[in-house]
Amino acid sequence: MTQQLILYPLFLQMAISIILMFGWSRIRFQKVFSVFGSILSVALAIVVFMYIWNNGTQTVQAGNWKAPFGITFVADMLSATLVLLTAISGLAVSIFSAGSVLRDRLRFGYFPIFHFLLLGLNGAFLTGDIFNLYVWFEIIIISSFVLITIGGEKAQLEGAVKYFTLNILASMIFLTAIAVLYGITGSLNMADLAGQIAMVENRGLVQITALLFLIGFGIKAGVFPLYFWLPASYHTPPFAVSAIFGGLLTKVGVYALIRVFTLIFVNDAFLNNIIMIIAILTLVSGGVGALVQNNLRKVFSYLIICHIGYMIAGIGMFTEIAIAGAVFYLIHDIIVKTNLFMVSGVVYRIKGTNSMRDLGGIYANWPKISLLIFIPLFSLVGIPPLSGFWPKINLIKAGFAGENYITVGAIIFASFITLVIIAKLWAEVFWKADKELPLRSNFGYFTNMTIAKKLQFVVPVALLSIVSLYIGFGAEHIQELSARIADELVNNQGYIDAVLNTKN
Amino acid sequence: MEILLALMVGILYGTGIYMMLRRSMVKLILGIILLGNGANLLIFLLGRITKGAPPIIPGDSKVFTEAFADPVPQALILTAIVISFGLQSFAIVLVKRAHTVVRTDDLDEMNATDEDS
Repeated sequence: MTQQLILYPLFLQMAISIILMFGWSRIRFQKVFSVFGSILSVALAIVVFMYIWNNGTQTVQAGNWKAPFGITFVADMLSATLVLLTAISGLAVSIFSAGSVLRDRLRFGYFPIFHFLLLGLNGAFLTGDIFNLYVWFEIIIISSFVLITIGGEKAQLEGAVKYFTLNILASMIFLTAIAVLYGITGSLNMADLAGQIAMVENRGLVQITALLFLIGFGIKAGVFPLYFWLPASYHTPPFAVSAIFGGLLTKVGVYALIRVFTLIFVNDAFLNNIIMIIAILTLVSGGVGALVQNNLRKVFSYLIICHIGYMIAGIGMFTEIAIAGAVFYLIHDIIVKTNLFMVSGVVYRIKGTNSMRDLGGIYANWPKISLLIFIPLFSLVGIPPLSGFWPKINLIKAGFAGENYITVGAIIFASFITLVIIAKLWAEVFWKADKELPLRSNFGYFTNMTIAKKLQFVVPVALLSIVSLYIGFGAEHIQELSARIADELVNNQGYIDAVLNTKN
Repeated sequence: MEILLALMVGILYGTGIYMMLRRSMVKLILGIILLGNGANLLIFLLGRITKGAPPIIPGDSKVFTEAFADPVPQALILTAIVISFGLQSFAIVLVKRAHTVVRTDDLDEMNATDEDS
């Protein structure tokens, strides 16, 4: 029963989306069932998380084909944490979708595809096979293509063409990397590859393969100079879709980078230098990019890029404390970025626009909601004791220990620029005097909504804010968790033993 | 044979990237298709080509007695072909739809998403 426990999150998401398909045109049923299913998946994810926490890394060999020959599913602490975070963000976005996504979109299978996306995410986090990871990536991107185009507005389709092209290109590069990797080692199992790669004589070829992986995952994660598709597309789909994309899709790229560069291509000075330079440039260019934007969602898109830099920097420094910082940041970032895009959705509903120039006066008219929104915004900046502050301590500490002063400088610069951006945003959107905008006809303003509808907007934001507050105030627990994850990642023998069953 | 395939893969990657860099959306799709085929052939090539030796154990034996073709790359290619087929058909529909809405085939004119709004 518990043997296959780690696969249950996959089965559950799949079952939800299949059941939802049977109610294709019954929107009310879809809304209720999607939220209900998401609550179930949070509960299940907690069970899985606790099980892994108490019993260590678990593996399932598909079809009982022993690793390295079959496909292995592995749940270590990192995977279990990410599955839990996916479930939490999924629940919030599911409630938010029920409130905010238009009927016309829901009628074309929004919810089933949404749960397929979550299935793909869970799969990518749980697999232990590099080609299987590619397949999960494809499930993720094909669901995300549908979600980004659903509705078919002009801006959406233009954004989708860019999003689509760059993601396909990333997948092709990833596939090429797998081909070369298989050519030099003859294996696809990540734990097995760890040993095989170490024995390869031709280090140059190994480094080129690693670079191919870096480019492929880098496009998906949105690192400098590969991020231009991200701000061109993330502000076009419905707000709920932006939320799940902003919170989770780029983070899958980061997860894959963490996995590949801590397990397969381990601690190579040349690669670490490149990753570090990329991280510094990402931090700076994302921050500066966000500074000049006017559309709320574009500001947040550039902030995603900027903050990816923190995690990449953690991988580049490659010490236990740096990885702990990167993982802590990942945990904080998934929750906060999902929340921010939902916040922009709430603001849009209140005023009918997302342009910072036209917005204003929300604090005067909606003080309670503004105070709620204050939490994710300033968690992002990392004003202590809110959640963005703690991982940076780890990263800066690791930077000083490794004498990477430029990285430390970039990290501090990026936090400072985030503060400037969020302070400007707060002043423009919430504090500035209210501007009379022409009322839009056929637009469901927040004021005119029923209480139940309003709750569908506010509850998910509140839910994720509470999680953010917990990450901030309960930082000790998260720190303990990230330290344990970092320990597992740096001393990867435990993972390898668990998969290949070499211990006994 | 290997040299020929290697050249083929190189040409497919080259033309694929070239086509993707053109401004037309139709050429973009052609580029994606060529690139996908290049990647598939690359897997095939790097899985070592063994001629005329299917991985089937003869009836009177329990193990392989001589060199055999590796079946894994072929399974990988099959999976990759199916996936890229799905993605390509989606791409064609997307481009057709984008063409009807935006009324252009030129990627340079699709700049509404970069406008300041």
